[in-house]
Amino acid sequence: MSLTQFIFGRLGLHSLPFWAMIDHPTLQNIVNGVIATGAASLVVIGAIVTVALITYFGKWRYLWTEWLTSVDHKRIGIMYICIAFAMLARALIEAALMRTQQAFGLGGGFLSPHHFGELFTTHGTIMIFFMAMPFLIGLINIVMPLQVGTRDVSFPVMNSVSLGLTMAGAAIVMISLVVGRFSTGGWSGYPPYTEITFNPGVGPDYWIWAVSLSGIGTMMTGINFAVTIYKRRAPGMTLMRMPLFTWAALCTSILMIFAMPPLTVATLMLACDRYLGFHFFTNAAGGNMMNFANLFWLFGHPEVYILILPAFGVYSEVIPAFSGKVLYGYTSLVLATMAIAILSFIVWLHHFFTMGQSAAVNATFGIATMLIGLPTGVKIYGWMLTMFRGRIRFTVPMVYSLAFMMLFVIGGLSGIILANPSIDYQVHNTLFLVAHFHNMLIPGLLFGMLAGYHFWFPKAFGFRLNERWGMASALCWIFGFMFAFFPLYAAGLLGFPRRTVAYYNPIYVPYFAIAEFGALLVLTALACLVVQFVVSVVQRKENRVPAGDPWNANSLEWSVACPAPDYDFAVLPEVTARDAFRVAKEHGTAYLAPERFTDIEMPRNSPLGFILCVTGSFAAFGLVWHMWWLVALAMLATVGAMIWHGFVRDYEHIIPADEIRRDYMRWLQVVTAADPVARDEELVPHNTGLADVHETLEAAE
Amino acid sequence: MIAAAQGQHFIHVTLLMMIVVLPVLIGVPLIAWRYRYGNSSARYTPKWGRSNALELMIWGVPVAVVIVLSLWLAHDTTALDPYRKLQSADKPLTVDVIGYDWKWLFVYPQLHIASVGELVFPEHTALAMRLTSDSVMQSFFIPTLGSQIYAMAAMQTKLHLIADSTGQFLGENTQYDGRDFQHQKFIARATTPQGFRDWIAHVRANGIPLTAKVYSVIRGRNTVPEIRAELKADDMPPDAVFFKDAQPDLYWNVMMSFHGSPSSSRVMVAASNAKARMMALMGMGHRNESDTAGREG
Repeated sequence: MSLTQFIFGRLGLHSLPFWAMIDHPTLQNIVNGVIATGAASLVVIGAIVTVALITYFGKWRYLWTEWLTSVDHKRIGIMYICIAFAMLARALIEAALMRTQQAFGLGGGFLSPHHFGELFTTHGTIMIFFMAMPFLIGLINIVMPLQVGTRDVSFPVMNSVSLGLTMAGAAIVMISLVVGRFSTGGWSGYPPYTEITFNPGVGPDYWIWAVSLSGIGTMMTGINFAVTIYKRRAPGMTLMRMPLFTWAALCTSILMIFAMPPLTVATLMLACDRYLGFHFFTNAAGGNMMNFANLFWLFGHPEVYILILPAFGVYSEVIPAFSGKVLYGYTSLVLATMAIAILSFIVWLHHFFTMGQSAAVNATFGIATMLIGLPTGVKIYGWMLTMFRGRIRFTVPMVYSLAFMMLFVIGGLSGIILANPSIDYQVHNTLFLVAHFHNMLIPGLLFGMLAGYHFWFPKAFGFRLNERWGMASALCWIFGFMFAFFPLYAAGLLGFPRRTVAYYNPIYVPYFAIAEFGALLVLTALACLVVQFVVSVVQRKENRVPAGDPWNANSLEWSVACPAPDYDFAVLPEVTARDAFRVAKEHGTAYLAPERFTDIEMPRNSPLGFILCVTGSFAAFGLVWHMWWLVALAMLATVGAMIWHGFVRDYEHIIPADEIRRDYMRWLQVVTAADPVARDEELVPHNTGLADVHETLEAAE
Repeated sequence: MIAAAQGQHFIHVTLLMMIVVLPVLIGVPLIAWRYRYGNSSARYTPKWGRSNALELMIWGVPVAVVIVLSLWLAHDTTALDPYRKLQSADKPLTVDVIGYDWKWLFVYPQLHIASVGELVFPEHTALAMRLTSDSVMQSFFIPTLGSQIYAMAAMQTKLHLIADSTGQFLGENTQYDGRDFQHQKFIARATTPQGFRDWIAHVRANGIPLTAKVYSVIRGRNTVPEIRAELKADDMPPDAVFFKDAQPDLYWNVMMSFHGSPSSSRVMVAASNAKARMMALMGMGHRNESDTAGREG
């Protein structure tokens, strides 16, 4: 082994995205090289600009003490959501690129098969692991501790470590744009295609380590949330008084705890095959890829509900708030949520009805799959009945919710169709399937996340988001989704296989043309979101809601100021009923100063999460490129950091009662000075976060 | 026949599901508009959150629908099981399907012929296919005729299809397997019985002998046109190559090549007992395979 090889491993000039077009300047290589180099430049330039801006404004210390080392659940949540938005932007552009390729794909198109393969793999991997998961974990982080009436999660440092590992995984995916190429094996990474025999390059290794890192982080998040919900609820907050979003968070956490390990095990077994010459999933020597398929979907199906349940939780908060009503059928909805969580573990086989098992096995799993439709249907009806005899305001979160309900049942319908093995044999692996799961995940998950983003943004930052741009974005999302995916149902029924770069039959052209239009609308929606954010920040003074309750909502997170103080609650609330804050408002006890304030112990900042993010990224990078010295150093640093952390004794700081009293009284003055606003005025600057509850009370009498 | 039944089932399920789907599609906009904030004439009951009658309905109606759907599902899954042998007046035609990068090889073990790019068979005759892969997992699919099924190395899956009339149908692989995935198509051609006999005679007369050397070309990572060019099969149809003198045990040899004997180049000269050894292996393993062994034995 030469020294260069020792230092750089497999890394070389050929790993750069423009190397192929210089080496073999064919037209296809040049087109693909330009696209890949453009993407890589965006990453590099983006990183340089970010570093330059932070340096220019002298914000390194601020970034370090207030964010990177913070163990505050709200800040960690915000950082998760920042990752989610950054990754959403990348994966959406990739999606639009794929749609454009297929729109022009008759007879070839412009992308090389390998480039297209990377695109659908990174798109799927990012959207699931680095957009959806960080988004929902971020929302739960911000909201759940406030909803159960506690000051932080049970294991604040572990929370920051989870974030660090997710960040490391995301970093690895971003680095793959700049050096080397990502896997072409799809987000599910099925061997033997991803085995060394068929894919000796770095691609599958990038995939393995990105997914493993985030998988471990997510499992720890699940433990953290579940323990928090079980152990740290405010006095009187019994399980059956918890808001539905918290219930959803609990079910999702349980799913994370049980579903993430099979994934981590599967990817690590694949790593054993690739790095150590094992034969878990190889064709020869007794390997069996069916084991991977089972392990992967043993994770993969619960994962679907890890993604959907938090969004269901958001809808269960948004719909009552903007309908001015209590949630219909609380018990039913709790039962339905739990039922979904349990059933989600017994349906995984429907992802491979076509693998050759008997009709009896397929029928069993097909029926189990239909059973999941029951609680899901009940939830939809529950939300409809929540709107029934309410007073509905068509705000951005509500528009997302309405679109979700109607589009989601269409996705549910195609899901029930796919649950029939005999039909699945016809549409499996076609665009019908692609249309189905996008139909579940875009209205189901993404609309929920965006609704939650609008709904709770004031709680995190203290001001409301611009409604007009938000509405533009929502409408573009909704119609963009419909144009982009409804044609794919048709193309799938015509037998068009998923992951196909080009086709030779002109009947597909119109479908892909319409889908391309949809993709452009979705890109417009993303642009509107960016504009909305900028406009909202510029106009933040007019949209402040310091009193804390801009939507006249029901649960405890609205009972504190916007933004919520570091310690969340000056005094931990006593809960006597479901919808604790609404009840307090109705009884006029929502804004009473407590008799006594006590000192609050809060966890100190810890750099452990960030250190593990850095060492995790380096270890993964070293593993991908076979730079063993880097792996050894990074692992050593990881273990060292954890041992060091074990010796840290001074991990809490005290916020004195006087300071808390001062803050509280100042906030109470704001509340007293605020004008209560009726529900139809909640979007005007006049709304400073104090709700007028008279109309509700009068109607109730 | 199978595809038609699948289509029927698709429509039935969709129609029945309308019982639960339509109330949402109609109800959501209706409720949203009726109870909009501005409509002060609509009733407003902020505390109302439960009704036993409605609970019964929102759980009961979907349960009833799912019960019906489940019965249909169980029936159709069994009736249309791709492993289920189909009845036809003529003796079923056995075809061994082997997936490679990026084409399918069709071996007719009883006829000692083989083809790539085109699968030829007589109408109204049951097709009994056994599938395996020499490469990564693939999924064999002729949409017009019926089900798709995975093909996996070292393992066997089965598929039974039948054509109700003559015609040319698209055949494909639907499981992504790399560079030329989009080119892994073939023509499934249902002929008259006489047409099929003519085709056999034609292949036996003009086909390329499937020697070890020819096989190594097929095994390469290439597409049908590339094979055609390499074998200089200029007199063959544009998207197909036909072979004669095909070993009837080729399929078993391919599977056996992953069990113990690591050198897959030995496929063509593998021991004549490959089939027996493979069956013994399968008898111990996976249900399909033991099932197969039973049926074949």
